[in-house]
Amino acid sequence: MTRLIIRRLVVSLAVLWLVTLLVFIATLLLPGDPARAILGQQATPERVAALQHQLNLDAPVWERYLDWLGGVLTGDLGFSTSTQGSVNSLLGDRIVASLVLLVAAAVISTAVGLALGTWTAIRRGRAVDHTVSGISLVIAALPEFVIGMALIILLSTTVFRIFPSVTLTRPGAQVWSEPGQLVLPVLTLVLVVTPYITRMMRATMSEVLDSGFVEMARLKGLRERTVIVRHAFPHAIGPVAQVIALQLAWLAGGVVVVEFLFRYPGIGQALIDAVNKRDVEVVQAITLLIAAMYIVVNLLADIVGIVTNPKVAAR
Amino acid sequence: MSLDVTDLRVSTVDGSPVLHGVSYAIAPGEILALVGESGSGKTTAGLAALGHFRRGLVPAGGAVTVGDTDILSLTEPERRALRGRAVAYVPQDPALSLNPSLRIGRQIAEVLEAHGAPDAERVAEVLAEVGLPTDEAYQRRYPHQLSGGQQQRVGIAMAFACRPSVVVLDEPTTGLDVTTQALVLETVGALAAEHQVAALYITHDLAVVAQIADRVAVMRDGRIVETGATRDVLGHPTHAYTRELLDAVPSLDGPAPAGHEGTPVLAAKDVSVSYGEIDVLRGVGITVDSGECLMLLGESGSGKTTLSQCLSGLTAHYTGSVELDGVALPPSVRRRSAAQLRDVQYVFQSPFSSLNPRKTIAQSVELPLTRLTTMDKAQRRERVAEMLDRVRLGRSLAHRLPDQLSGGERQRAAIARALVTTPRVLVCDEVTSALDVSVQATVLDVLNDLRRDMGMAILFVTHNIALAREVADRIAVLLDGRIAECGPVDDVLTRPTHAYTRELLANTPRL
Amino acid sequence: MTAVEKLEVVDTPEVPASQPGLFRRAWALPRAKLGAALTAAVVLVAVLGPWLGPVITGHDPTDFAGKPFKHDGIAGTDGIGRDVLTRFLAGGSTLLLYAVLATAIGIVLGAAVGMFAGYSGGRLDGVVMRGNDVLLSFPQLVFALLAIAMIGPHGWLLVTVIGVTHAPRIARVARQATVAVVASDYIRAAEMYGVPRWRILTGEVLPNITGPLMVELGLRLTYSIGYVASLSFLGLGIQPPTADWGLMINENRIALIVQPWGVLLPVLAIAVLTVGTNLITDALASAAAREEAR
Repeated sequence: MTRLIIRRLVVSLAVLWLVTLLVFIATLLLPGDPARAILGQQATPERVAALQHQLNLDAPVWERYLDWLGGVLTGDLGFSTSTQGSVNSLLGDRIVASLVLLVAAAVISTAVGLALGTWTAIRRGRAVDHTVSGISLVIAALPEFVIGMALIILLSTTVFRIFPSVTLTRPGAQVWSEPGQLVLPVLTLVLVVTPYITRMMRATMSEVLDSGFVEMARLKGLRERTVIVRHAFPHAIGPVAQVIALQLAWLAGGVVVVEFLFRYPGIGQALIDAVNKRDVEVVQAITLLIAAMYIVVNLLADIVGIVTNPKVAAR
Repeated sequence: MSLDVTDLRVSTVDGSPVLHGVSYAIAPGEILALVGESGSGKTTAGLAALGHFRRGLVPAGGAVTVGDTDILSLTEPERRALRGRAVAYVPQDPALSLNPSLRIGRQIAEVLEAHGAPDAERVAEVLAEVGLPTDEAYQRRYPHQLSGGQQQRVGIAMAFACRPSVVVLDEPTTGLDVTTQALVLETVGALAAEHQVAALYITHDLAVVAQIADRVAVMRDGRIVETGATRDVLGHPTHAYTRELLDAVPSLDGPAPAGHEGTPVLAAKDVSVSYGEIDVLRGVGITVDSGECLMLLGESGSGKTTLSQCLSGLTAHYTGSVELDGVALPPSVRRRSAAQLRDVQYVFQSPFSSLNPRKTIAQSVELPLTRLTTMDKAQRRERVAEMLDRVRLGRSLAHRLPDQLSGGERQRAAIARALVTTPRVLVCDEVTSALDVSVQATVLDVLNDLRRDMGMAILFVTHNIALAREVADRIAVLLDGRIAECGPVDDVLTRPTHAYTRELLANTPRL
Repeated sequence: MTAVEKLEVVDTPEVPASQPGLFRRAWALPRAKLGAALTAAVVLVAVLGPWLGPVITGHDPTDFAGKPFKHDGIAGTDGIGRDVLTRFLAGGSTLLLYAVLATAIGIVLGAAVGMFAGYSGGRLDGVVMRGNDVLLSFPQLVFALLAIAMIGPHGWLLVTVIGVTHAPRIARVARQATVAVVASDYIRAAEMYGVPRWRILTGEVLPNITGPLMVELGLRLTYSIGYVASLSFLGLGIQPPTADWGLMINENRIALIVQPWGVLLPVLAIAVLTVGTNLITDALASAAAREEAR
């Protein structure tokens, strides 16, 4: 089993490395000269050359790549041309802020999704099942900014006025100092992801409930609760873990639109700003961070799958 | 306690009847065999004895009395109290009914715990009763660490743990090889006798019935058509269907088929296959003569499917050579010429997997002609129609999709497809193993007729030695990747030279 | 052994009715009809709107029609005084076009790659899937943002990037379906008859994976609409002054309290459209699943 896990780890690292290549190569697609693009048409050749040197644009490509990669690995994410400061200082607080949203959303949606999925699988075919499925179907269809907008209309501006529609943090304070402003962003993220988790759990659980060994457990006279908790549920977790990971990893990207919608000071908002200002190094750094988050979450899910598979664990 | 099922009616939730008033009774210490083919409703009738109905089925009337309680009148918690304790079930496929992530000792202990009598000693005791090791290490094993036969015996142990009065065994030996089957039958018989259990033994195999059951009930389409003592029903059947089933059972005894003269057409010479450390075939050599049928007999793991695939070109991963008329054949089908492909054809085991679900029967049967011959459309059409007639599939079925045909019809269509290029050798890999016994009889009939009419040779691969006299001239016995014995059918069956063959013959149940 | 006449008795079941095709079975479900109705309604608005708008209101989408954020006209004006209803009616066509094109690119690429990998198996399969994994490591929106950051918010880029990021997801599904089919004996039979590889993929494999592929098609279309609208909402998709639903929602949300129509109309349109396509997709999925169970 350890061998399998190590192999998975190595593959993840390889994928991560290829991702850094891809992110770097994307920046080479910038048409024209980045230095000139930043300084504008009026810039003097000397200033352009100076900036080029500062941005290390006059070195060969592979050297620039290794330079950048080296920086990333040692914790230096580069230089932000829009704030004229290090990318690290720009992102530091924002990463924490986004993590608050992501962790809250991940925990709530996983718990609710697993519970709802199991419940509707047990009550397959009845009214509850149909209602939950119907609502899930509708919510799953909507793009997240539509969900966010709908929540704002419902709970913030037009129908009720409970929660704020934008985040206003005093500089220096943490986002959770005003928990009320976290509610709508987290709720939006939860609503986007929970329907899929519910659906997947329901499907897997239904399959397990129909399997031979669950029927056998019932025929041995075991109580229904024992059958579900000891025989059915553990078999549904493994396959579901991967899908849940995919959903949670998706959150890493989904946070972008949500932060923009609620003007939440996280890395998503920073990404949009950086794209608008053509701040290449920031875009690189954030994209890499998000991809890395995704790879890590997937790796964890695969490990869960390996560990819960009895045919592998018993060696 | 006895089991008394009276006028049991079961239907689907939309009202179509599945069981039409089934009645049977089993006294303590008696074994009643419930015989029927697929779709007869025997599993439904068996599960009803535990008050259990699968998804989509509901009881519509009648009574199931265990001792003096009607299970159907009990509430679900009350039924649950009986299940596992008073009435137990042994399922068909142990691989599907044992929880893969619980240790086997735990799964047996669970039954005892569920009925309020946890008892570690009893677990060891019942393991001994079914002939399995009782030590702690063995109890800590997971199901996938056991062989099929061992898994099945764990299933039986789970059933007998609480000393039930009634046990329902649902095809417990289907899928086991003959030797293991014999062991399991012995175990079941001994346990039932010792504990005075009323046992319902569900099976489709009449030979097994003869071996183990005191009484027999024959089921068809949700009804019991005949009941009685085994000797009477099998010896002097009164119902036409019973007679049909008996006729279809292949017999090990019989007249010696006429000898066969022919020249070798297809030969395997010193064929060896290994995957890593495991040797599947070790230097095997067989020949199939023109116009004869050679049976390749072996149990699972003997390498028989691998050998048949080497001969047909479906696997190129072997050393040695395969020759057609003395000329070596390229190992892989991708390299064989059209003529070679026409001459050696293959029929797969599963009729549910060998036909493209999106193509009509006619389209599937036509495919070899389109690819391997130069016939034009009209000629191909005619040939396809002719072939379908020969396998006794009406021309009207030609435009149906496979899911509109039964298993036997699909298998005959697959045979038609294999024969449409008039091959000189037909390799049949367990082609009847997935079919009911009566359907099997028809398919074998068709094969025999075709061989006679078209003069082709057949390599018939199977695990069932009882089919030998029905279809083969010679028989080659494969054991652990080597030919143990080879010779004319009559010689091998009446005067076997190898110990394994003798064992097989001894363990094969007969009517 | 049995004589021929026994055949008639034992082995001639009643001919079961032919299984109707995937679409017919899906259509039988009520949600398919509901979904189709909803989708059709919005598509009609999107397609006919640009022409109908000026006819109904008398304004063009970029005309000045009155004071900003007032309630003149049927749905009022937006932030720079343009008529909301006209802009709303004109705002769906580009969105729909981009979404359909992106989905088409994704399906064709993804299905081809997935089938190829699934049939080839072994090393080739491994390599293709690893490459897939690299692309899959980016949430689709983030990858689009990366590309837009470099090249700019051009329409062709939107379509290409979204389509190309759909492909690995579809490839995964196509590969899985292909692997299941390839395990069947009729594929080996086709090989035995000398059918060339590409012919096997198109003739034997593809007809048997249409179920999952159709479901993916529906799913990807729903997402495409979402992504194009989201990017426009972020200001990085369809650019002003073109009228677009996503863009409108962002432009008009500051005046949500005062003049809600500029936000409500496009939100409703996008919501109804995506719910419609998702209902159809779900009906297809149910029909496909039922088929597998046989």
